[in-house]
Amino acid sequence: MKTIKTLIAAGALTISSVAVAADMKPAVIYDMGGKFDKSFNEGVWNGVKKFTTETGIEVMEFEVTNETQREQAMRRMAERGATVILGVGFAQADAISKVSAEFPDTQFSIIDVFWLDAPNLRQYAFKEHEGSYIVGVAAAKASQTGKVGFVGGMDIPLIRKFACGYVGGVKSVNAGAEVFQNMTGTTPSAWNDPAKGAELTQSQIDRGADVVYQAAGGTGTGVIQAAADSGKLAIGVDSNQNGLAPGSVLTSMLKRVDVAAYETFMDSKNGNFSAGVRVLGLAEGGVDWALDENNASLVTADMKAAVDAARNDIVSGKITVHDYTSDESCPY
Amino acid sequence: MVDLWLQFLLTLDATCRVATPLILCAMAGIFSEKSGVIDISLEGKMLMSAFAAATVASLTSSALAGLIVAIGISVLLGLLHGLASVTLRGNQVISGLAINILASGLTVTVGIAIFQQGGQTPTLERDERFRPVELPLAEQIGNFPVVGTIYKEVISGHNILVWTAFATVIVTAIVLTKTRFGLRLRAVGEKPEALDSAGVSVAKTRYFALIIAGVLCGIAGAYLSTAHGSGFVREMTAGKGYIALAAMIFGKWQPRGALLACLLFGFLEAVASRLQGVQLPLIGAAPVDLILALPYLLTVILLAGFVGKAMPPRAIGEPYIKER
Repeated sequence: MKTIKTLIAAGALTISSVAVAADMKPAVIYDMGGKFDKSFNEGVWNGVKKFTTETGIEVMEFEVTNETQREQAMRRMAERGATVILGVGFAQADAISKVSAEFPDTQFSIIDVFWLDAPNLRQYAFKEHEGSYIVGVAAAKASQTGKVGFVGGMDIPLIRKFACGYVGGVKSVNAGAEVFQNMTGTTPSAWNDPAKGAELTQSQIDRGADVVYQAAGGTGTGVIQAAADSGKLAIGVDSNQNGLAPGSVLTSMLKRVDVAAYETFMDSKNGNFSAGVRVLGLAEGGVDWALDENNASLVTADMKAAVDAARNDIVSGKITVHDYTSDESCPY
Repeated sequence: MVDLWLQFLLTLDATCRVATPLILCAMAGIFSEKSGVIDISLEGKMLMSAFAAATVASLTSSALAGLIVAIGISVLLGLLHGLASVTLRGNQVISGLAINILASGLTVTVGIAIFQQGGQTPTLERDERFRPVELPLAEQIGNFPVVGTIYKEVISGHNILVWTAFATVIVTAIVLTKTRFGLRLRAVGEKPEALDSAGVSVAKTRYFALIIAGVLCGIAGAYLSTAHGSGFVREMTAGKGYIALAAMIFGKWQPRGALLACLLFGFLEAVASRLQGVQLPLIGAAPVDLILALPYLLTVILLAGFVGKAMPPRAIGEPYIKER
């Protein structure tokens, strides 16, 4: 009798686990800026696309267009039977923390958040300061005036982290270099204001900057356009933006959010999903700089050698890039 | 010293770029409101035409085609406003608000339908935009002190729409004060009965004013997406229509006053983007929030303190009903 029970139980277990794999319903909530911001959200979308092509599993999508929608959209996805939900960006932290508690059987994952704690929530943090450091090295090598710029989106510690790593990289090559820093705004609309981004970039170029790095979401297209219009160089962010203005984008600081998206869904599909915080840096391939045919002519051998050296030193631990968010200050 | 002078000129240069859409919209507002029709739909008309300009420019590879369609769309919205508030005598504020909401939603929806890029248009190529034009002799004259550098850095090197905006102010001033149409326009906003008894159609005059306002908003929208920027993104007007409206009121419904208010705002905005992160004497680096709020803060202080009482046109906001 007992054997039969065990057998039935085992059978039920097998069936249910098969059912989970077959019924996997992944969902992703893009944030303000939208799926095609050529930057952060688009990077996630690339990972989602890869997952769908490889597995044939469709991913439910929602694009947040105002701040009240995040929690609603997430809850709706969970109610519609999503088995794993990916939140894109720190702004969804509150929503995911609430909704993940309401749906303990659903798997949740979020990018750019590391301070939450829930048994069904995975969090991805990136060492943007390391990636920004190496593009800072490239910027300093490319600059002829010894002055470079940074344009951030919304003024938050995360963006200061980009700026701080960048300054560190620039100063490691040219200690006397001047780095102009501008933030676009203090509200989420700062991610979507290319005109302002262009003006800020122009003001930095007027002051002598000839390479401008941006971490500003949709605003960044304005930065790249302004740099290209003035014949200067821009550095892209998050996704590979080298192709937005070929010949005018020195390189892009890749933040492999696509890896985070792909990994989340793949792990969930294969039953390997685990909660906790994952930190991806240079060593893990989570951040990098972009080299392709669009910027091949801009990257000199000397620059490449310097960047590779800096990267090796960071991976080996010889250089530690300061993380702004650790103490809210930048020593460079 | 020379460097500081150059920085000042470059700030003025930026002022022109930032103020252009404000100036165009403020003039549009003057035409509309002088005729007695409140126009809070400047924002919506500008947004819709920004979208139309970028879309058409992207599809046809012609910035000019974009501009023409933008003007057309904006005029259509102006006529819609006229239909609701002049012909049907609806509430002008509500009609304007409806146009703003319509533009905000429609641009994104149509944008997604056409380009599948989340409501944006693709980034425009070089030839699909109005490019900066260097005026003749800019390089040669640029070496002369003061006048030459002003010519080179501030006046030259804009796209054609910037100059259009400044020319519009002069034309507006002349039309309002020196032409028969201008006189009628002002009369219809002050005392429509007088105009009516003189045998001039109140509705026609108001419609005509709204069409002119539509044209100007259309140019402003095209400037945002195909000259200053390179493509449309959702809500890209970001309240500029309302700022222009405020500038017009601060300017007491006069072209010169409105121009100065727009330039003041543009200048403060240009200064703000240059002040960020700069070490100021005594204070050190000012916080970003403060710097970003500076243009708005100073505008309020200056205008609350230094501008006298503003008198709107007397018949503004009232639909004209013929006495029977």
